[in-house]
Amino acid sequence: MSATPVKFYQVGSFAVGNRLLDPELRSAQSEQDRANSLTSGHRACQGCGEALGARYVLDAAMRASGGRMVTVNATGCLEVFSTPFPETSWRVAWLHSLFGNAPAVATGVAAGLRATGKQDVRVVAQGGDGATVDIGFACLSGMFERNDDVLAVCYDNGGYMNTGVQRSGATPPAARTMTTQAVGEHPGNAFGQGKDVPRIAMAHEIPYVATATVADLRDLEAKVEKAMGMHGARYLHVLVPCPLGWGSAAKDTVRIARLATESGYFPVFEAERGEVTSVRPIRHQVPVEEYLALQNRYAHLFSPVRRDDVIDRLQAMADRNIARYGLLEEAHS
Amino acid sequence: MTKPFAITLDVGSSLANHTGAWRQERPVYVDLTPPCAHACPAMEDPQKWLYAAEDGSYEQAWRTLTEANPFPAIMGRVCYHPCETACNRSFLDEAVGINAVERFLGDHAIEQGWTFAAPTVTTGRRVLVVGAGPTGLSAAYQLRKLGHEVTVRDSSPKPGGMMRYGIPAYRLPRDVLDAEIARILDLGITLELGRRVDDVLGAMAEGFDAVFLAVGAQLGKRAYVPAGEAARIVDAVSMLHDVAQGEPPLLGRRVVVYGGGNTAVDAARTAKRLGATDAVIVYRRTRDRMPAHDSEMAEALEEGVVVKWLSTVAHADAGHLRVERMELDETGFPQPTGEFEDLEADSLVLALGQESDLSLVEGVSDLALTDGSVQVDSSFMTGHPGIFAGGDVVPAQRTVTVGVGHGARAARAIDAWLRQTAVVEPVGAPLAEYSTLNTWYYSDAPHAVRPRLEAARRTSGFEEVVRGLDAETAAYEARRCMSCGNCFECDNCYGVCPDNAVIKLGPGMRFEIDYDYCKGCGICVAECPSGSILMIPEPR
Repeated sequence: MSATPVKFYQVGSFAVGNRLLDPELRSAQSEQDRANSLTSGHRACQGCGEALGARYVLDAAMRASGGRMVTVNATGCLEVFSTPFPETSWRVAWLHSLFGNAPAVATGVAAGLRATGKQDVRVVAQGGDGATVDIGFACLSGMFERNDDVLAVCYDNGGYMNTGVQRSGATPPAARTMTTQAVGEHPGNAFGQGKDVPRIAMAHEIPYVATATVADLRDLEAKVEKAMGMHGARYLHVLVPCPLGWGSAAKDTVRIARLATESGYFPVFEAERGEVTSVRPIRHQVPVEEYLALQNRYAHLFSPVRRDDVIDRLQAMADRNIARYGLLEEAHS
Repeated sequence: MTKPFAITLDVGSSLANHTGAWRQERPVYVDLTPPCAHACPAMEDPQKWLYAAEDGSYEQAWRTLTEANPFPAIMGRVCYHPCETACNRSFLDEAVGINAVERFLGDHAIEQGWTFAAPTVTTGRRVLVVGAGPTGLSAAYQLRKLGHEVTVRDSSPKPGGMMRYGIPAYRLPRDVLDAEIARILDLGITLELGRRVDDVLGAMAEGFDAVFLAVGAQLGKRAYVPAGEAARIVDAVSMLHDVAQGEPPLLGRRVVVYGGGNTAVDAARTAKRLGATDAVIVYRRTRDRMPAHDSEMAEALEEGVVVKWLSTVAHADAGHLRVERMELDETGFPQPTGEFEDLEADSLVLALGQESDLSLVEGVSDLALTDGSVQVDSSFMTGHPGIFAGGDVVPAQRTVTVGVGHGARAARAIDAWLRQTAVVEPVGAPLAEYSTLNTWYYSDAPHAVRPRLEAARRTSGFEEVVRGLDAETAAYEARRCMSCGNCFECDNCYGVCPDNAVIKLGPGMRFEIDYDYCKGCGICVAECPSGSILMIPEPR
């Protein structure tokens, strides 16, 4: 993992803050005067993982860049709930693009800054999985290929949640959405479809690719900081549970993200120039079922008839991740 | 004002949008009673002083601790730590070594020469404490801090009661005992040693406004054991007393101790140290029914003490005993079997419980005694106005810890009585249950074990068996505390709120919920490690 784990100070590096740590080792989120890039009053649902993830990422980027940065935001939930005209929740320089072109706009911003000699101002492009995995995919790939000086962040909640929970290229197999109903012999989203964008990004051999979740703040912040310390195309993929689309309790957002990583279903790792350089090991392994059971989008796997065949396939995916990334190899405390 | 094309409204902040209106439930910060504090008979709140010890503020930790108990170095050695038995961390890995940290703080305070703050008020009231054991000294300490003039009277040549004359030195070194008692007396308490109080009313009439009886229970219970003329039988309390006085009795090579409590174990371990080759405890039930504490029993077995379970002493003679085998009936009560065996024994030590010498209250007509104990009300007052009692003379578990608690509570009651006010019992918050914690956030950290003296070296003398922690290990152990039910400022609520609706007030000031924006999602509650935030229905 990217963050250096604190060996033992009561809560180590698991909690957001730690009064026993030296101030310079503390997280950006624990600071009393953190940037609060996404401030209160936004219209995201109760327990929104994306709102949380966006503040985590941008506050860390603000700290790393000393506040000298521009954010380009694709259309999607994040944009809709934060900027109903004429209000804004953003306390960063922020630009709204179309649904599909945030990486291209960000490229343009970076070029403009370079042309005007403001090379110390950094550029972050952000959007949901719809904008990143599907609609803006060509722009993203182009930005990677040109190695433009942009950090692209994808907040992955596995669907088009803003427009009413439709399937995206990041919707996991067997999950129910409005367009993949839990009916028929193979209920929910089909197996074998969808895109693993972190690995696609790695295939571009860009300087930096990483995944993170809202359940491990110190890891996420360390990755943002590392990415902001590099130039060229960088990609960060953050798992952000969506209580509305996933049918989960608002209070369980962080817990579900934690179960996704502890089951191995969502691998947390980082890669440089196409090679995995570190992984966040599983701390207390859980069966994938524990992750699924908290989400109504998987309710059809448990009732009226328990679908062990499907659960086993999802477990096999987690096991594949565990083997591929070596998630159980280095136990840490 | 000119606006760009098609723009009609000024840019505003979303802060104008009070999303708190969405809320159906609201999070509130609470302070619950941690199980350690709930379980402590001495009314300590270990969590509070562990919190101070976590960052090395040992003096602050010691001062907080000694508000309830003036004997941390003693208690850190002899307490059976019900706090650790109750500790929620035992469900996660192992209980926090509260007792070990307490001892460290006590020893550290002695080393550093920390003293108690002198009383700031003088009430002019005089209180007589009869008995300089843990109960009496605890009461004297609390009464003096409240500004009363305190005299402690004890029949022995030295103060400490059972801490000196009952607990062997290998468990409680005498320099530690002396240091902690001296610090209490330094508050300006008059100690009168070698003065036995025979008549409590007479003593009270010397000009005391109240009396606290804490004479303890130092008479060994006599059970009838048929014995030959030459049999050597002593009682455990006198034996331990004589050893403490430096006049150990001659017990011989083979010593049998009859009984199953802590005193029996102390007697057997002491016999070993006095040179006995065989120290055998005869107990009529089984180990799981033995009242002696596990840790002491384990140490005794390590030292070579042997136990004959399910046995009673039927007859004692010079050089040997006749022992009858017992069986437990359905109710768990031992019944004789008629099967006998002989056991070689040069002496028999009886450890069958203790009684109080209550001759000093004989003739006090309104002071009731039941089964050899003084009857008191909930404020420790006897039937006679102004005479209070606590510790081993009232019905309770007989430990130093209970005594210290009685002393402190009685002192509070005596103070209220002297001021003609009611005792204000602190209202306890609900218990912090393990199920309300989110233990994901606590680092995996096994218990720091206190080093022990190797068994071979132990039985050759009265050197202390269990050693202390060093400063580093003590901080480590303190940090294992999960702060059940009380905020320890981990910043989780402040971090995990998607609505930025938790206000961080700064070090030591904790947090506040901004109800203008809190949507009531409950993530802060779910992710609070210590369970110190609760969801409650939104008030209408």
